[in-house]
Amino acid sequence: MRSSFRVLRDRSLVLSLLAVVGLVIAGWGSAGAGIQLTGAGSTFDYPFFSRAFYNYSQQHDGVTVNYQSIGSGGGIQQFIAKTIDFGASDVPMNADELSHAGAPVLQIPVTLGGAAIAYNIPGIPSGLRLTRENIAEIFLGNIVNWKDPAIQKNNSALKLPDLPIVVAHRSDGSGTSYIFTDFLSAVSPAWKQKVGVGKSVQWPVGVGGKGNEGVAGLVSQTPGAIGYVELAYVLQNQTTYALVQNKAGSYVYPAIATVKSAAATKPNVSATDFSIVDAAGANSYPISGYSWVILYQNPTDPARGAALKALMNWLVTTGQATAEAVSYVPLPENVQQQAVQVLEQMKTS
Amino acid sequence: MDQNNLMTDPAGIETATAQSRARMRQHAAESAGWGGYPDRLAAKLFVSAMYLACGIFLALVIGLFLELLLNSLPSIRAFGLSFLWSSSWDPVASKFGALPFIYGTVVSSTVAIVLAGAIGVLAAIYLAEFSPDWVSTPLGFLIELLAAVPSVVYGLWGLFVLAPIIRNILGPFLQHGLGFLPLFTGPIYGVGMLAAVLILALMIVPTVAAISRDVIAAVPQTQREAMLALGATRWEVIRRVVLPTARIGIFGACILALGRAIGETIATTMVIGNRPVISASLFAPGYTLSSVIANEFTEATTTVYLSALVELGLLLFIVSMIVNGLARLLLWSIVRPAK
Amino acid sequence: MNQAGADPTPGGRRRWRELLPVALSGLCAGGVATVLILILGYVAAQGFRAISIPFLTQLPHPVGIAGGGVANGIVGSLIIVGLAALMAFPVGLLTGIFLATYGRGPGANLIRFLCDVLASIPSIAIGLFAYTLLVQPFGHFSAISASFAFAVLMMPLIIRTTEQAMRGVPYEVREAALALGASEYHATRRFVLPVAWPGVITGLMLALARITGETAPLLFTAFGSQFWELNPANPMAELSLQIFTYAISPYKEWHEQAWGGALILILSVFALSAYARLRLRRNISYL
Repeated sequence: MRSSFRVLRDRSLVLSLLAVVGLVIAGWGSAGAGIQLTGAGSTFDYPFFSRAFYNYSQQHDGVTVNYQSIGSGGGIQQFIAKTIDFGASDVPMNADELSHAGAPVLQIPVTLGGAAIAYNIPGIPSGLRLTRENIAEIFLGNIVNWKDPAIQKNNSALKLPDLPIVVAHRSDGSGTSYIFTDFLSAVSPAWKQKVGVGKSVQWPVGVGGKGNEGVAGLVSQTPGAIGYVELAYVLQNQTTYALVQNKAGSYVYPAIATVKSAAATKPNVSATDFSIVDAAGANSYPISGYSWVILYQNPTDPARGAALKALMNWLVTTGQATAEAVSYVPLPENVQQQAVQVLEQMKTS
Repeated sequence: MDQNNLMTDPAGIETATAQSRARMRQHAAESAGWGGYPDRLAAKLFVSAMYLACGIFLALVIGLFLELLLNSLPSIRAFGLSFLWSSSWDPVASKFGALPFIYGTVVSSTVAIVLAGAIGVLAAIYLAEFSPDWVSTPLGFLIELLAAVPSVVYGLWGLFVLAPIIRNILGPFLQHGLGFLPLFTGPIYGVGMLAAVLILALMIVPTVAAISRDVIAAVPQTQREAMLALGATRWEVIRRVVLPTARIGIFGACILALGRAIGETIATTMVIGNRPVISASLFAPGYTLSSVIANEFTEATTTVYLSALVELGLLLFIVSMIVNGLARLLLWSIVRPAK
Repeated sequence: MNQAGADPTPGGRRRWRELLPVALSGLCAGGVATVLILILGYVAAQGFRAISIPFLTQLPHPVGIAGGGVANGIVGSLIIVGLAALMAFPVGLLTGIFLATYGRGPGANLIRFLCDVLASIPSIAIGLFAYTLLVQPFGHFSAISASFAFAVLMMPLIIRTTEQAMRGVPYEVREAALALGASEYHATRRFVLPVAWPGVITGLMLALARITGETAPLLFTAFGSQFWELNPANPMAELSLQIFTYAISPYKEWHEQAWGGALILILSVFALSAYARLRLRRNISYL
């Protein structure tokens, strides 16, 4: 019966337990070299940040950045709780959230993105054209079949089948949903009144998928489906997406160039006036938006504050060069300058 | 001391026997090498440690409940009891109601445990009773391994493999044959309540099967041999002796698995369609309490929104208490009459 | 035993009635195992391309820079899960022993009830609890808070299966021990517990399997990291978190790495269970 606790004398188990304890003790004693800045928030920004911060660390010894995508809301929550150095959010903090922060806050735009309209119609691998009203009516549940004359009118070159439309939207709160609902509110008074703008809304119709992968998966698996997906996702994954008619009347593809055009129409963007959906301009993509970084104006630790300021300065200027390589849209020149000016207000001494 | 027992034990026989038994035990202990000071100290420490562990556990659960309650207060103050029967979930207008989620959680987990319970217990019977050793060890191992698959993998597999199967094969088949039942009406998306139920059942089957197998194996062999000696077949032995003896343990396994189903988040949210509606059809999309918390918690920023989500967590705690309480009552009603 | 000359083999209908349960239960067991093989096959097909020595030993690379791996996630998972097991196992074991030994009182019933209730709480709520207790007061994320959340998740399974395992030991064993003069403690520790040990380990394995692959509680506790981190008081990388982050990203190479990570996760729990089965489990035939 004593042999029951042979396990304690079992050498391999004891060794592995000791190894874990050893690792922990070693870890406890290890002092980190240099500064590690922490940031959290938007999942949309994550791929761009991971590339940009990696490049930064290569060029600037002693500073590393740990950014985790826990969601824009999570980023704001953690920023207010001061468990991280900077937050990232697809929607800037509003007055209510700023009041919770308790200290002056700076918000700068760092990248751009758009929402592409993905669809799945057997027999139509590309070239579907949708007007802004089409999209609003589909997502309101008023257009329920692909054969509807309102859609057929813009697509004389295509033969649309008699197929019910299955709407897919994001079930998780997301900045992409915010941009999309902002667009819908701008083009459809009915939407604005019935549903409104938000990262999570009460969708009139459709099934919810989790994350871009969820929506894209739903759309690719379901004949007749339509959904909205982040631009970067669509560019990287050869999803079938539609041309959207913009305010000027031309049909544009979601692309880095068209989103950039949309951003260029509004040079004076700020944390209180940041919407660029349904932009004017022949080449603008109507479903576009910025993503933001949130910082404290007066950081408590001067060394960390200085490092953070330098990092952000780099991010909005030199760092923008890394954006296109990962299918993100770089900030227009004038917006870059504005961001730098806002950063000047950060006190680091 | 003898005075106290004068009524029940006038001749003092019982007391004397008890004393002599105690003396015998002490003698046996001493000759076996036990009963010395270190052993008695160890025994006392062990008992204290045991009570400490229970205390820690209780403190954790109560702390969790209190924390959920505290963080739900803004929402409770804003909506009161109407939260429970309101069907609208509108973050933009800040109007929140929990009814569709309660429905989704209760339906998905109940159907899942019925499925998983049946399949799991049958599988456990096969592993413990019918299969030869060379089959039962690897097979049992494979089944336990299902518990190791991460939820996100289940979700992705469900979305890319199971949902198309439901949409193209299983759904039409069920609708063709059983379409007159309200359970199988409506458009078939692939994702929906049925997909969620199947994935949940798959996720909790290992728990039911593994624990049931251990419980069945623990039924004393003497019981089985007695029946076999009377000429029963193996199945009759199982039905009349093994299962009744193992009943309570199997029930416990099912409760544990049910708990897992109620709280499962990621896999459910990837296949259930995430639509806060109440529908009789299994093909319709639905929404569960844990899915909506997981989906919206990291993006919620207003106090009322966050608090409403935490209140959903509190509801989950309460739903779980009610379900477990009912299960316990059911158990008592089975066990009591048997005595 | 039986009447002289009578054939004990059941004939006719009773024999067929025997066949149906065997077939049905075998079908269930086989069916479940088949689905597992299908899922494993799916994960393997998606992820085997990503598995390589660099994958296992390098830090994650950002998008666009080829290669990179999940090494810090593997180490982080080992640390976090190891600490969680160290926290949960003693408490769970002792509580389970309490329930098995003093099972009938109202206190024991309350503990059992709360155990089942705790098992239903979604992991994100428990992560939030860990956040309130161990992250907010200290102002930063840490691996310890993640271990705490995991420990709370593990406890119901460990407690219930320990109790179940100890109850499964025939009462004669305990009685024999007590008759030999052992105290309650000795009877438990040296007689009942060793016999129940395989069941206890099953519980531990199920609990470990339960928490591998859990992501939600880590969002607010361990936080994650792209760097080497051994200090449990700091944010730390974790494999299931990395898998999740990669899986919901837009990039094909990250998707592949997510599947590769999932494959590693499944294989490690596989290895852990195999070790437990081979070294610690013994088949005991009861009297």
